[in-house]
Amino acid sequence: MTALTKSEMAERLFEELGLNKREAKEIVELFFEEIRACLEGNEQVKLSGFGNFDLRDKSQRPGRNPKTGEEIPISARRVVTFRPGQKLKARVEEYVGTDPQ
Amino acid sequence: MTKSELIETISARQSQLSSKDVELAVKTILEHMSQALAVGERIEIRGFGSFSLHYREPRRGRNPKTGDTVELTGKYVPHFKPGKELRERVNLGLQAGL
Repeated sequence: MTALTKSEMAERLFEELGLNKREAKEIVELFFEEIRACLEGNEQVKLSGFGNFDLRDKSQRPGRNPKTGEEIPISARRVVTFRPGQKLKARVEEYVGTDPQ
Repeated sequence: MTKSELIETISARQSQLSSKDVELAVKTILEHMSQALAVGERIEIRGFGSFSLHYREPRRGRNPKTGDTVELTGKYVPHFKPGKELRERVNLGLQAGL
Protein backbone atom coordinates (compact mmCIF):
# COMPACT_ATOMS: atom_id res chain seq x y z
CA MET A 1 0.00 0.00 0.00
CA THR A 2 1.31 3.48 -0.81
CA ALA A 3 1.89 6.00 1.95
CA LEU A 4 -0.34 8.95 2.74
CA THR A 5 1.33 12.22 1.68
CA LYS A 6 0.66 15.95 1.86
CA SER A 7 -0.79 16.04 -1.65
CA GLU A 8 -3.50 13.51 -0.76
CA MET A 9 -4.31 15.48 2.39
CA ALA A 10 -4.70 18.64 0.29
CA GLU A 11 -6.82 16.71 -2.23
CA ARG A 12 -9.20 15.68 0.57
CA LEU A 13 -9.53 19.30 1.79
CA PHE A 14 -10.44 20.24 -1.78
CA GLU A 15 -13.00 17.43 -2.12
CA GLU A 16 -14.58 17.48 1.33
CA LEU A 17 -14.38 21.13 2.36
CA GLY A 18 -14.33 22.80 -1.05
CA LEU A 19 -11.11 24.71 -0.39
CA ASN A 20 -9.44 25.67 -3.65
CA LYS A 21 -6.29 23.72 -4.46
CA ARG A 22 -3.92 26.51 -3.53
CA GLU A 23 -5.61 27.12 -0.16
CA ALA A 24 -5.70 23.39 0.57
CA LYS A 25 -1.99 23.00 -0.16
CA GLU A 26 -1.16 26.04 1.98
CA ILE A 27 -3.15 24.78 4.98
CA VAL A 28 -1.46 21.38 4.87
CA GLU A 29 1.97 23.08 4.70
CA LEU A 30 1.08 25.40 7.61
CA PHE A 31 -0.23 22.49 9.66
CA PHE A 32 3.12 20.70 9.65
CA GLU A 33 5.19 23.90 9.73
CA GLU A 34 3.46 25.28 12.83
CA ILE A 35 3.95 21.98 14.67
CA ARG A 36 7.67 22.02 13.73
CA ALA A 37 8.04 25.67 14.79
CA CYS A 38 6.44 24.95 18.15
CA LEU A 39 8.70 21.94 18.78
CA GLU A 40 11.72 23.99 17.71
CA GLY A 41 10.78 26.43 20.49
CA ASN A 42 10.87 23.50 22.94
CA GLU A 43 7.10 23.44 23.40
CA GLN A 44 5.10 20.21 23.45
CA VAL A 45 2.23 19.81 20.91
CA LYS A 46 -0.95 18.10 22.13
CA LEU A 47 -3.48 17.05 19.51
CA SER A 48 -6.37 15.47 21.37
CA GLY A 49 -7.68 12.26 19.82
CA PHE A 50 -4.46 11.86 17.83
CA GLY A 51 -1.47 12.15 20.14
CA ASN A 52 1.22 14.31 21.72
CA PHE A 53 4.59 15.35 20.33
CA ASP A 54 6.94 15.60 23.31
CA LEU A 55 10.56 16.74 23.61
CA ARG A 56 13.32 14.97 25.50
CA ASP A 57 16.79 16.24 26.23
CA LYS A 58 19.46 13.56 26.03
CA SER A 59 22.90 14.02 27.53
CA GLN A 60 26.09 13.07 25.74
CA ARG A 61 26.82 9.32 25.72
CA PRO A 62 29.56 7.09 24.36
CA GLY A 63 29.01 5.70 20.88
CA ARG A 64 30.88 3.86 18.18
CA ASN A 65 31.30 4.18 14.47
CA PRO A 66 29.67 0.89 13.40
CA LYS A 67 31.98 0.60 10.37
CA THR A 68 35.35 1.21 11.98
CA GLY A 69 34.57 0.36 15.61
CA GLU A 70 36.12 3.69 16.59
CA GLU A 71 34.71 5.27 19.76
CA ILE A 72 33.04 8.65 19.20
CA PRO A 73 30.85 10.44 21.74
CA ILE A 74 27.21 10.99 20.71
CA SER A 75 26.62 14.66 21.46
CA ALA A 76 23.88 15.97 23.76
CA ARG A 77 20.68 16.44 21.78
CA ARG A 78 16.98 17.13 21.95
CA VAL A 79 14.67 14.58 20.36
CA VAL A 80 10.97 14.51 19.45
CA THR A 81 8.88 11.59 20.63
CA PHE A 82 5.29 10.86 19.67
CA ARG A 83 2.84 9.42 22.18
CA PRO A 84 -0.33 8.27 20.44
CA GLY A 85 -3.59 9.18 22.18
CA GLN A 86 -6.09 6.61 23.51
CA LYS A 87 -8.44 7.08 20.57
CA LEU A 88 -5.75 6.55 17.93
CA LYS A 89 -4.28 3.56 19.81
CA ALA A 90 -7.72 1.93 20.00
CA ARG A 91 -8.33 2.45 16.27
CA VAL A 92 -4.94 1.02 15.33
CA GLU A 93 -5.18 -1.97 17.68
CA GLU A 94 -8.19 -3.19 15.76
CA TYR A 95 -6.09 -3.43 12.62
CA VAL A 96 -5.34 -7.07 11.85
CA GLY A 97 -2.53 -6.73 9.38
CA THR A 98 -0.83 -9.47 7.45
CA ASP A 99 2.25 -7.41 6.70
CA PRO A 100 3.90 -5.97 9.83
CA GLN A 101 5.74 -2.82 8.75
CA MET B 1 0.35 24.02 22.07
CA THR B 2 -3.07 22.41 21.84
CA LYS B 3 -5.21 21.71 18.78
CA SER B 4 -7.21 24.92 19.29
CA GLU B 5 -4.00 26.96 19.62
CA LEU B 6 -2.66 25.34 16.44
CA ILE B 7 -5.89 26.36 14.67
CA GLU B 8 -5.49 29.97 15.92
CA THR B 9 -1.84 30.10 14.82
CA ILE B 10 -2.62 28.79 11.34
CA SER B 11 -5.54 31.25 11.03
CA ALA B 12 -3.24 34.14 11.88
CA ARG B 13 -0.72 33.04 9.22
CA GLN B 14 -3.13 33.14 6.29
CA SER B 15 -5.76 35.57 5.06
CA GLN B 16 -8.19 33.68 2.81
CA LEU B 17 -9.92 31.32 5.22
CA SER B 18 -12.05 31.92 8.30
CA SER B 19 -10.91 30.30 11.55
CA LYS B 20 -13.96 28.02 11.27
CA ASP B 21 -12.66 26.76 7.92
CA VAL B 22 -9.16 26.32 9.38
CA GLU B 23 -10.67 24.36 12.27
CA LEU B 24 -12.47 22.04 9.86
CA ALA B 25 -9.31 21.66 7.79
CA VAL B 26 -7.15 20.74 10.80
CA LYS B 27 -9.72 18.22 12.01
CA THR B 28 -10.00 16.74 8.50
CA ILE B 29 -6.20 16.36 8.25
CA LEU B 30 -6.00 14.62 11.64
CA GLU B 31 -8.92 12.34 10.79
CA HIS B 32 -7.30 11.48 7.44
CA MET B 33 -4.06 10.58 9.24
CA SER B 34 -5.89 8.46 11.83
CA GLN B 35 -7.85 6.65 9.11
CA ALA B 36 -4.66 5.85 7.22
CA LEU B 37 -3.00 4.34 10.30
CA ALA B 38 -6.20 2.46 11.22
CA VAL B 39 -5.97 0.54 7.93
CA GLY B 40 -2.23 -0.05 8.24
CA GLU B 41 -1.14 2.64 5.79
CA ARG B 42 2.06 4.61 6.41
CA ILE B 43 2.19 8.42 6.43
CA GLU B 44 5.24 10.14 4.93
CA ILE B 45 5.77 13.89 5.28
CA ARG B 46 9.12 15.06 3.98
CA GLY B 47 10.95 17.27 6.48
CA PHE B 48 8.50 16.35 9.24
CA GLY B 49 8.63 12.60 9.63
CA SER B 50 6.85 9.33 8.99
CA PHE B 51 4.21 7.39 10.88
CA SER B 52 3.95 3.62 10.65
CA LEU B 53 2.67 0.72 12.71
CA HIS B 54 4.88 -1.42 14.90
CA TYR B 55 3.78 -4.91 15.86
CA ARG B 56 3.72 -5.97 19.50
CA GLU B 57 4.02 -9.73 20.05
CA PRO B 58 1.32 -11.51 22.05
CA ARG B 59 2.36 -11.82 25.67
CA ARG B 60 1.16 -12.96 29.06
CA GLY B 61 0.22 -10.00 31.23
CA ARG B 62 -1.26 -9.49 34.65
CA ASN B 63 -4.29 -7.65 35.91
CA PRO B 64 -2.63 -5.17 38.27
CA LYS B 65 -5.65 -5.20 40.62
CA THR B 66 -6.19 -8.93 41.01
CA GLY B 67 -2.80 -10.31 39.99
CA ASP B 68 -4.55 -12.72 37.61
CA THR B 69 -2.67 -13.78 34.51
CA VAL B 70 -4.24 -12.58 31.24
CA GLU B 71 -3.32 -13.58 27.71
CA LEU B 72 -2.69 -10.45 25.62
CA THR B 73 -3.01 -10.85 21.87
CA GLY B 74 -0.54 -9.35 19.42
CA LYS B 75 -1.37 -5.81 18.38
CA TYR B 76 -0.20 -2.85 16.34
CA VAL B 77 0.86 0.47 17.84
CA PRO B 78 1.48 3.77 15.99
CA HIS B 79 5.12 4.81 15.67
CA PHE B 80 6.59 8.18 14.61
CA LYS B 81 10.06 8.68 13.19
CA PRO B 82 11.05 12.37 12.99
CA GLY B 83 12.41 13.56 9.64
CA LYS B 84 15.74 15.29 9.07
CA GLU B 85 14.50 18.88 9.10
CA LEU B 86 12.48 18.35 12.29
CA ARG B 87 15.43 16.67 14.03
CA GLU B 88 17.77 19.49 13.02
CA ARG B 89 15.42 22.32 13.98
CA VAL B 90 14.65 20.85 17.39
CA ASN B 91 18.40 20.67 18.03
CA LEU B 92 18.84 24.28 16.90
CA GLY B 93 16.33 25.14 19.62
CA LEU B 94 18.51 23.35 22.16
CA GLN B 95 21.63 25.20 20.96
CA ALA B 96 19.76 28.51 21.12
CA GLY B 97 19.15 27.81 24.79
CA LEU B 98 15.39 27.23 24.53
